Amino acid sequence: MSGTAGGGRIERRFAELRAAGRAGLVTYLCAGDPDAETFWRILAELPAAGADVIEIGMPFTDPMADGPSIQAAALRALAAGMTLPKVLGLVRRFRELDQATPVVLMGYYNPIYRYGPERFLDDAKAAGADGLIVVDLPPEEDDELCLPALARGLCFIRLATPTTDERRLPKVLTNTSGFLYYVSMTGITGVGAAPVEQVRQAVHRIKAHTELPVAVGFGIRTPEQAAAIAKVADAAVVGSALVDTVAKGLDAAGHATAGLSQAVLGQVKALAAGVQAARS
Amino acid sequence: MTRVNSYRSGPDERGRFGIYGGRFVAETLMPLILELEAAYEAAKRDPAFKAELDHWLADYVGRPSPLYLAERLTAKLGGAKIYFKRDELNHTGAHKINNCIGQILLARRMGKQRIIAETGAGQHGVATATVAARLGLDCVVYMGARDIERQKPNVFRMRLLGAEVRPVTSGSATLKDAMNEALRDWVTNVSDTFYLIGSVAGPHPYPAMVRDFQAVIGEETKQQMQAKEGRLPDTLVAAVGGGSNAMGLFYPFLDDAEVKLIGVEAAGDGIATGRHAAAISAGQPGVLHGSRSYLLQDDDGQVIEPHSISAGLDYPGVGPEHSWLADMGRASYVPVTDREALAAFELCSRTEGILPALEPAHALAHVAKIAPGLPKDHLIVMNLCGRGDKDIFTVADAMGAKL
Repeated sequence: MSGTAGGGRIERRFAELRAAGRAGLVTYLCAGDPDAETFWRILAELPAAGADVIEIGMPFTDPMADGPSIQAAALRALAAGMTLPKVLGLVRRFRELDQATPVVLMGYYNPIYRYGPERFLDDAKAAGADGLIVVDLPPEEDDELCLPALARGLCFIRLATPTTDERRLPKVLTNTSGFLYYVSMTGITGVGAAPVEQVRQAVHRIKAHTELPVAVGFGIRTPEQAAAIAKVADAAVVGSALVDTVAKGLDAAGHATAGLSQAVLGQVKALAAGVQAARS
Repeated sequence: MTRVNSYRSGPDERGRFGIYGGRFVAETLMPLILELEAAYEAAKRDPAFKAELDHWLADYVGRPSPLYLAERLTAKLGGAKIYFKRDELNHTGAHKINNCIGQILLARRMGKQRIIAETGAGQHGVATATVAARLGLDCVVYMGARDIERQKPNVFRMRLLGAEVRPVTSGSATLKDAMNEALRDWVTNVSDTFYLIGSVAGPHPYPAMVRDFQAVIGEETKQQMQAKEGRLPDTLVAAVGGGSNAMGLFYPFLDDAEVKLIGVEAAGDGIATGRHAAAISAGQPGVLHGSRSYLLQDDDGQVIEPHSISAGLDYPGVGPEHSWLADMGRASYVPVTDREALAAFELCSRTEGILPALEPAHALAHVAKIAPGLPKDHLIVMNLCGRGDKDIFTVADAMGAKL
């Protein structure tokens, strides 16, 4: 069943990466953090800075699987007026600039449920999103959003974790499409990192069950760590480290300072260089 | 109203009560809640587990709690005959320990060494710290920094019992954030940790399991009322935050159609002010903390900060089974404001010589509204689910008294 929903851009991007013999860099930032305009300046430049796949966080007040960095980012974005319709507006605007870079919307189910799942999927698809990661929708709740998403050609990207054992892995892979996001450690985002050898074994174990690309995240902060993951996985995901750079670029009143967007983009460039050089 | 053969058959195999409930959790937690569900199902079928639970409830908690005729209150209100189910007489002073005993015995069966819990008013935290101390297990309680401020005696109690109380400063620093933090702990410490949820909330199997452990309240009430009056009560009234004391009282009566069930939600400053915690009365269905239920949220699906003078009712959601009972019309849910609850607190203290917790004071406020209009042979049972000692500082503050 895996990979049947042709997300298009995601499949093409991973095929290109395979052909180029390298892993990809997946970046996560929360939409509207710290404000809509600063976020847009970053988003528009992410492909040029080296992001191969862009995850855009849909902010939620109670992100129970995320750490303090990402919760703070969500609360900043909400305080600055971000909403789910505005997130979709950002995707639409991005697609006017860039037709090639896959966009994955990541968040929690309640804002989507409130918006109306079917309407959300139609609007996300029309805006130019390629995939969804909805943290609190396990396979047991697939009829809520996953199956209708696949029916519309949107990828539904699932997380696998160290607690996903051999018995559970097939269930997680069923109806997963685009890529599999392997969370390299138990716990919340932004805290600690797993040894590369453990990650290598986990990716190997997952690859025995699926042909989907495997992206690995949680705890990757430096170009060196990204490079190490890029040696053993199809992509490295970096989120909290970028979100922390956003936080550091705020003044005492919580407003973006002049150098904020360039600081984030500079960090993405360095991470991309690490990933791109990893297998050469 | 949709007709069903029994209101007691839920949840279904997906953990749902109608559209409510379910398992809306991160993948990291799925293996854990499936393991918990299997362990609980096995324990339920094991007579030794039941015997052990009964023994603890009798000798450690002090059950059965009395069904008490509130004679002066009945006379004063001049209508229905009012009984209190005295769960405030339990060890630790509230109904919370019924569930804690059940879950900690389950944790021990599962070989878990570390217990985590969330707490709002601190009653569940105290009950958890108590049973953890009794079984010699490590205990960490997450509590909102704001709640720590307004429930200092309970914080110190937990520390005396050997628990570590971790202040939660994220979000609104109250119960919902404490639950977020406990879930974060659980996804981090998956192998040795048991998450002891204090209400009929969270992902399946918690709502059903907590209800089952609290159902002893309703089962006793049924027998005691039979002994005292020779029949079923007419109306049951209980406070609803997450709703564990109400679910425990209601559940054994769900199929007794002639028994009216009323849940009382915290209306804070009043529903119209927007400063309240009345999820069923004023919320919409949503998904938070692992289950779908009525939820206080804005048009964008962001969770709204609740408000109530009672820290135990200060939660933006409600147990999924209550949402289902509300939609089915089997139970009704009514709002009571801070001010009404405070008046009921004073009424109960002066008329019956019982300081009620602010949570059951909400239930009592509703009893005081309806009792005068009911006939003298109408039997009301109100769940006096906690004692008010923990609330004296809050009440003093509201009355403008200095302690």
